[in-house]
Amino acid sequence: MTIVPLRPLRWLAASAALAVASLSPNVFAQAAKYGPGASATEIKLGQTMPYSGPASAYGTIGKLHQAYFKMINDNGGINGRKVNLISLDDGYSPPKTVEQVRRLVEQDEVLALFQTLGTPPNSAIHKYVNGKKVPHLLLATGATKWGDPKNFPWTMGFNLSYQSEGEIYAKWLLKTKPDAKVAILYQNDDYGKDVLKGVKDGLGAAGAKMIVKEATYEVTDPTVDSQIIALQGSGADTFINITTPKFGAQAVRKAWDSGWKPLHIINNVSASVGSVLIPAGLDKSVGLVTVQYYKDPNDPQWKDDPAMLEWRAFMGRYYKEGDPKDASNLYAYITAQTMVQILKQCGNDLTRENVMKQAASLKNFKSALLLPGMSMNTSPTDFFPIQQAQLAKFTGQLWQGFGDVISTGAQP
Amino acid sequence: METTAAPLTMPAAPAGVDAARRRRHLIGVAILLVAACVLPFLVGNYRVFQLTLVLAYSIALLGLNMLTGYNGQISLGHGAFYAIGAYTAAILMDKFGMPYWMTIPIAGAVCLIAGFLFGLPALRLEGLYLALATFALGVAMPQILKHKSLEQWTGGVQGIVIVKPEAPEGLGLSQDQWLYFFTLAWVVLMFFIGWNLLRGRIGRAMVAIRDQPVAAQAMGVNTSLVKSLTFGVSALYTGVAGALGSIAIQFVAPDSFNIFLSITLVVGVVIGGLASISGAIYGAFFIQFIPNVADQISKAAPWAIYGIFLLAFMYAMPTGVAGFVRILRARLRR
Amino acid sequence: MDQLIHQILSGLATGGIYASVALALVMIYQATHLVNFAQGELAMFATYLAWALIQAGVPYWGAFAITVVSAFVGGVLIERIIIRPVENAPILAVVIVFIALLVIFNSLAGWIFSYTIKPFPSPFPAEPLFGNSYVSSHELGSMAITLVVLLMLFVFFRYTPLGLAMRAAAQNPESSRLVGIRVGWMLALGWGLAAAIGAIAGMMVAPTVFLEPNMMGGILLYAFAGALLGGIDSPGGAVLGGFIVGVLENVVGAYVGTELKLTVALIVIVGVLVVRPSGLFGKVHVTRV
Repeated sequence: MTIVPLRPLRWLAASAALAVASLSPNVFAQAAKYGPGASATEIKLGQTMPYSGPASAYGTIGKLHQAYFKMINDNGGINGRKVNLISLDDGYSPPKTVEQVRRLVEQDEVLALFQTLGTPPNSAIHKYVNGKKVPHLLLATGATKWGDPKNFPWTMGFNLSYQSEGEIYAKWLLKTKPDAKVAILYQNDDYGKDVLKGVKDGLGAAGAKMIVKEATYEVTDPTVDSQIIALQGSGADTFINITTPKFGAQAVRKAWDSGWKPLHIINNVSASVGSVLIPAGLDKSVGLVTVQYYKDPNDPQWKDDPAMLEWRAFMGRYYKEGDPKDASNLYAYITAQTMVQILKQCGNDLTRENVMKQAASLKNFKSALLLPGMSMNTSPTDFFPIQQAQLAKFTGQLWQGFGDVISTGAQP
Repeated sequence: METTAAPLTMPAAPAGVDAARRRRHLIGVAILLVAACVLPFLVGNYRVFQLTLVLAYSIALLGLNMLTGYNGQISLGHGAFYAIGAYTAAILMDKFGMPYWMTIPIAGAVCLIAGFLFGLPALRLEGLYLALATFALGVAMPQILKHKSLEQWTGGVQGIVIVKPEAPEGLGLSQDQWLYFFTLAWVVLMFFIGWNLLRGRIGRAMVAIRDQPVAAQAMGVNTSLVKSLTFGVSALYTGVAGALGSIAIQFVAPDSFNIFLSITLVVGVVIGGLASISGAIYGAFFIQFIPNVADQISKAAPWAIYGIFLLAFMYAMPTGVAGFVRILRARLRR
Repeated sequence: MDQLIHQILSGLATGGIYASVALALVMIYQATHLVNFAQGELAMFATYLAWALIQAGVPYWGAFAITVVSAFVGGVLIERIIIRPVENAPILAVVIVFIALLVIFNSLAGWIFSYTIKPFPSPFPAEPLFGNSYVSSHELGSMAITLVVLLMLFVFFRYTPLGLAMRAAAQNPESSRLVGIRVGWMLALGWGLAAAIGAIAGMMVAPTVFLEPNMMGGILLYAFAGALLGGIDSPGGAVLGGFIVGVLENVVGAYVGTELKLTVALIVIVGVLVVRPSGLFGKVHVTRV
């Protein structure tokens, strides 16, 4: 008899159904998608860093990134893929940045740019990377214009916006010392002016009366002693110090030596105990006020903090020539952790579009090196990962946070 | 500080030989031009962009060479004129909506005036003291560009973003290729004018002032006028280069034009070869590409490698690449 | 008025920094008739050497002495090995060699010692003299040291046979050779002395501005200006020029505004040079036709 038995027929039907089901998009979604710079074995990222020139002190950030990704690769990479970070020197010179970034995008074909450093360098490539639709992520600068998803959907900053920082100081002054006579020293570049704008915006109409003297300096100036003397001579009782580490240290020391003891607010960039306060003199730094969003590696209160110990172990193992007293090395670690988080969230879809989508989907991402209570959040309309800070006062030994964690909600 | 570079002209030769040499020279230039025109189609857009920068630098170096090589006036501040040219083009395009091709001659004209005005008081200064005065100009320029009073034009520390020019319809060129050819056209024009200038009476006057200022004056050369004019023309060239360069980069900011740029231009002129036109091209290649090569060789201390390159070039070719080529050609001819 | 005095005194302190570096520049010029653009970086590198010695436990004055001697030897070696090959090259080729040295030493310092700022100890007491709040003891001390070095140089050039030989070698190499002076070694000696003076300057500067590879960049410009203002062939003039530049910079910054400090200060300097092209105390060169 040639009648086909029912059971095998059912098996046939079942396997046919399975075959049809396997053709459905659901299953294909598990297969990997790659954009430029990504493959089954490698993820290529690009960055420019000032390894030479006036901002070369920040070059350690790029070096730490290399060490961090080496650690990640030693532990199997991200979803099985090794990270290759191509880091090029631009000497903090915008024309060089343009050249190097064009190379990274057009020749090396990286998946994304990560932590390109400096406001002028990034300004030079801002339009280009958005035109080429390359994710321009976690910029190592606090300029406020990097959080503008409507006009520049491919660029996302990282640092607490400088203007937000200035506003925090201003609002705190208005609340606690509304009759202050304020003197301001600022670096005569985009960074200094950005913080200054924040301060002035925050003070609002009261600013005209409160600010009694402003002084600038260039990075080529040997010292800022003359500026400090002039600011002191204005009779101000509050001093807002918007500088980079070397000049911050000089300002702290000179103010003290000249017998000027104002309420001394120093910006976050120059608040590192190791790079600024120890050279200036810890005894001369008592009473300094700043905002913080990550832990200071020299702060004794974090001595046994597990995240800090983990960071120190990393430094000892992978980045021995790095200075464990330099806060930049801690900052760089946090940014690298964030990038890894974004790449992890991408899963097997490593196209530039998805990288951008995941970067804009950070939900309560906590790096344990951020201050307690802080986390990173981004969304398609919010391109500022860090929007919280806390005021802190220097006791002579460590930065003592006071007040609540402030949320800034910065707008471009 | 005297610059003792070998004069460009060779001793006189019989008429037939002279014409043959000139024909060879012309053929050489023609081959170079053809190669320059073909190159952008053989390499990617990124390289074309780099070559455009080389072209812009070569104009600047020719300008500086006129002043330093042919006229013996040392300038450590030519980056300032590069900046003025760049900003002129940027401001005209950004604030006045002028088309990019119109900005170049205006940038040149502005720098001609600026250079001439600077050259006038500089007449009294010799050698080292002129070097200091120009050094001062180079150092002060970024600060001037950042000043509050100019901020509404210059954009202050934020700088100015320039829109990339579109290639004309129907040519089938990418934007980078079009910019390259645009810059190449200017190179040909400026080099031709420069060559004529240096060959003629003014060029001879410049060289005479460099080598024997007193004799030149005794022969009736108006040294003050020629020296100031040379400063002006040299600034004009550098300004044109700055305008072309800034359009290629699409961005100007005050700190892009710091003293290191001025020093780089001097390096380019000397490495390329003082008192030579071809030297401008060799020098431009050097200052554009050698830093990248140094970066490849050593990530840890790339500028140390760059310095070693400088030393090597100066030991092997103290009269620059052009001087070296000249020596080679003379040896081969014998 | 008090402000003005304060600015002037502070200007003298900064001027002292410029004066000491200017002295090194003049030293090289007197020996070789060249201005060494790499002087600042050599001084900075020597200072790092001192720092490394101090970190290793060597007491301050011991490190000071070792550094000065090493700088001297280093300067001699640089002249013999690096400058010698281009001795007869066009002057601008030598300038490029100086630029190469500048770049190499800056890059090496950054590579070996990293770019973070380091505090550098001062041999002078931390308390200001008489408790004043205008100048620190260190600033006064460095000014004193600069003047002492200046005096020693003056005595050396004026009253010793070696000093005379060096001056002759720089001014007229051919005739000096005929008289039996080893011109090559005189040049090397000049470099050695300049490097030693530069090292002293660096060690005096570092406590104030903090030690980092780019420490000397801004200073070199003002030192150069000061040296030329005073007259490049006059050590005393250079020191005076350095002080003048320091005071000028401070006063201009305080009263005209810091945003145009560089520009105005340099316009003034250039203005002086236009009126007196050889500097305030320089020798006016008259060339015969």
